[in-house]
Amino acid sequence: MGKDKSNVRKSFRAIFGLVACVGVLASVSAAAAQPKPANSCLACHSDLDESLTRQMEGDIHLEKGLGCVGCHGGDASQSDQELAMAAARGFAGRPKPAQVPAFCGKCHSDGAFMKRFNPALRIDQQAEYLTSVHGKLLSQGDQTVATCVSCHGGHGIRPVTHPLSRVYPPNVANTCGKCHADPGYMKSRLPTDQVAHYEKSVHSEALMKKNDLSAPTCNDCHGNHGASPPGVSSVANVCGTCHTRQAEMFRQSPHNASFQALGQAECLVCHQNHEIAPPSERMLGSKEPATCANCHGEGDPGAKAADTMNQSITALAAQLNVAEDLLSRAERAGMEVSRARFGLSEGHDALVSARVVVHRFSAGGVKTETDRGMAIAGKTRQLGIQALDELQFRRKGLAASLVVIALALVAVFFKIRQIERPRE
Amino acid sequence: MKTTIGFEHQAGAPEASKTEAARQWLRHRLGTAPVEEMAGHKTVPVHRHTIWYYLGGMTLFLFSIQVVTGILLLLYYRPSAEEAFESVQFIMTDVSFGWLVRSIHSWSANLMIATLFIHMFSVFFLKAYRPPREMTWITGVLLLFIAMGFGFSGYLLPWNKLAFFATRVGTEIPRVFPFVGDFFMRFLRGGDEVTGATLTRFFGFHVAILPALTTAILGVHLWLVQYHGMSRPRGTENNNGKEMKFVPNFLLRDIMGWLVALGILAALAAIFPWELGEKADPFASAPAGIRPEWFFLFSFETLKLLPGRIWLFEGEALGILGFTLGAGFWLLVPFLDRNAARGLPSRGFTLIGVFVLIYIVVLTAIGFWS
Repeated sequence: MGKDKSNVRKSFRAIFGLVACVGVLASVSAAAAQPKPANSCLACHSDLDESLTRQMEGDIHLEKGLGCVGCHGGDASQSDQELAMAAARGFAGRPKPAQVPAFCGKCHSDGAFMKRFNPALRIDQQAEYLTSVHGKLLSQGDQTVATCVSCHGGHGIRPVTHPLSRVYPPNVANTCGKCHADPGYMKSRLPTDQVAHYEKSVHSEALMKKNDLSAPTCNDCHGNHGASPPGVSSVANVCGTCHTRQAEMFRQSPHNASFQALGQAECLVCHQNHEIAPPSERMLGSKEPATCANCHGEGDPGAKAADTMNQSITALAAQLNVAEDLLSRAERAGMEVSRARFGLSEGHDALVSARVVVHRFSAGGVKTETDRGMAIAGKTRQLGIQALDELQFRRKGLAASLVVIALALVAVFFKIRQIERPRE
Repeated sequence: MKTTIGFEHQAGAPEASKTEAARQWLRHRLGTAPVEEMAGHKTVPVHRHTIWYYLGGMTLFLFSIQVVTGILLLLYYRPSAEEAFESVQFIMTDVSFGWLVRSIHSWSANLMIATLFIHMFSVFFLKAYRPPREMTWITGVLLLFIAMGFGFSGYLLPWNKLAFFATRVGTEIPRVFPFVGDFFMRFLRGGDEVTGATLTRFFGFHVAILPALTTAILGVHLWLVQYHGMSRPRGTENNNGKEMKFVPNFLLRDIMGWLVALGILAALAAIFPWELGEKADPFASAPAGIRPEWFFLFSFETLKLLPGRIWLFEGEALGILGFTLGAGFWLLVPFLDRNAARGLPSRGFTLIGVFVLIYIVVLTAIGFWS
């Protein structure tokens, strides 16, 4: 009996084993028969977030063939969630803010990898980021500071030259302002009026209204990945990247040493930082609203030099306007004054040059330029007067010709009458 | 009864006899007696349409001004891409009365084309092309085409931006012709692009080839006008045969018209001197508002309005073909209008003329204000 029981148990085990084997084989073959999904990430995640596909539109990574897996890892060919998002398959998931620089840097700091897609692209963004105020705060554990995705976005990252990119020059102020203009987010750590001030500046006017993409926005002065406020002594260097001649003049001026001694931020003393207004002669002189008057008392040598520079530049601008007005009047009357106008453009060059030379704060240097401009303005003014005199001569000549023609007409008319008078 | 308004020379005064002696002296040496005789016998019909007879003389007067001012401009103009603009600028600013000569040349050219068109339509509507004046019509239409050629070639000569780009568009048009289009375009441009070679070539057309053609065809046209006399429109034959002598009665009236034209030209040149614009820059982008001279606007506007494709053909090619056939038709009108040839009313051709005139006016206006 005991032997029988043992046989039955063996038989059950054999049948169970067989059934189990058949079951496993069946499930394996069924799994093998199922089509593998093209992108299982999208298959599930677009159900969870319907906007995901839309968010990815225009994404530079996607265009280069780097889909979800390119950043997040895993295996998009697996329909099974566990398999698709297995750590063994390189799944990294959604990085925490502190992990983002390394997450993006995984590729963007890898020269060999980046060369396959864009050999011209820099690979020092992560290293630069770590030198920025954002990077330093992040490494100190502040999770609220900007990381790569704060500026570039997480999905739908477009190249910087794309007008819809968050870092396309005209969009930069808004991108930075998302945090820096939000008092609730900044929590009194910094003022939040920079974007408002910038929007009133001559730079914003050029970039936003005139669509001059060479005009500076936040990152041109503060840096982009290594964003930080320029130090007091490096302001002239920052402004000088574009305003080369002005910076060079300033370095030669007496203000260079005295501003450094006083700890004044060079260019910003007169021009401010974010709300940089279009410069004018009103800034120059010994009385309000001239910026010189902030430091120089009336009658001191600096104030006198400022007044002298103001007078020579204002006088040149006025003379150029007179010449311009004369040429315009002559031109409107149909006179050919293009050569005189070309000459006048040299006068305008002298005015621009004088305004630049102001940064050396030497009345003599400015006068050299304004004298050159005055000579051109005087010559052009003379040409304008000559053109208007010539116009009067033409008008008088026309009147005289018309009188002669009219007399000839009358004479011919009477001649016809004479020869056609019926003879008696 | 035939009435002739005329002037009979009254000799007798000592001055008159001296003049007569001088005339006789010349007559014997130059053999001008037949010409004088012909001029003395030439008459002009007088009827309600006589005014249109003055348009031919007016066009000839404006053409003479073109010749004189053109020769004066030649003294200073330099036909190369490097110097053309500057030389015209020099003429406008530094040459004594250069501005006047150039402005009159440009204004007179435009007025001449205008009077040419009016002259042609007056001849068309009065059916003056009836036998035996078919060749007078043909030479006249050819002269109109040549005048337009003068306008097209002269437009480029100051080498300014607008003319440069308009010429680029204009010389592109012949390309639509199959087989010969590319050759024709290259022939006009002197290469693949509008360059200094085009300017030199256009200068050659403007001052040598077209004037030579004009001299020949205008000579025939004027001879035919003298030979056949003025055409009398249908319906005025029974106007008692009223006529006036060409010399001096009609000629004096012609002179009155020319004096008025001279006054208008002087006023236009002094008040609206012809603009020079900016120097052409082949590497600059095309400026807005490129358009040809006003007398090409109707065809330019037609080509713009045509759809890109009409059935199996390119719209522009069909447009050009249409204009070519239209020009051929217009040239052969005297042979096609059989009713007019028989002295019968030809309302069909009058209607065609009205349609063509309205078409040209409307399309020119659209081109001008669009």
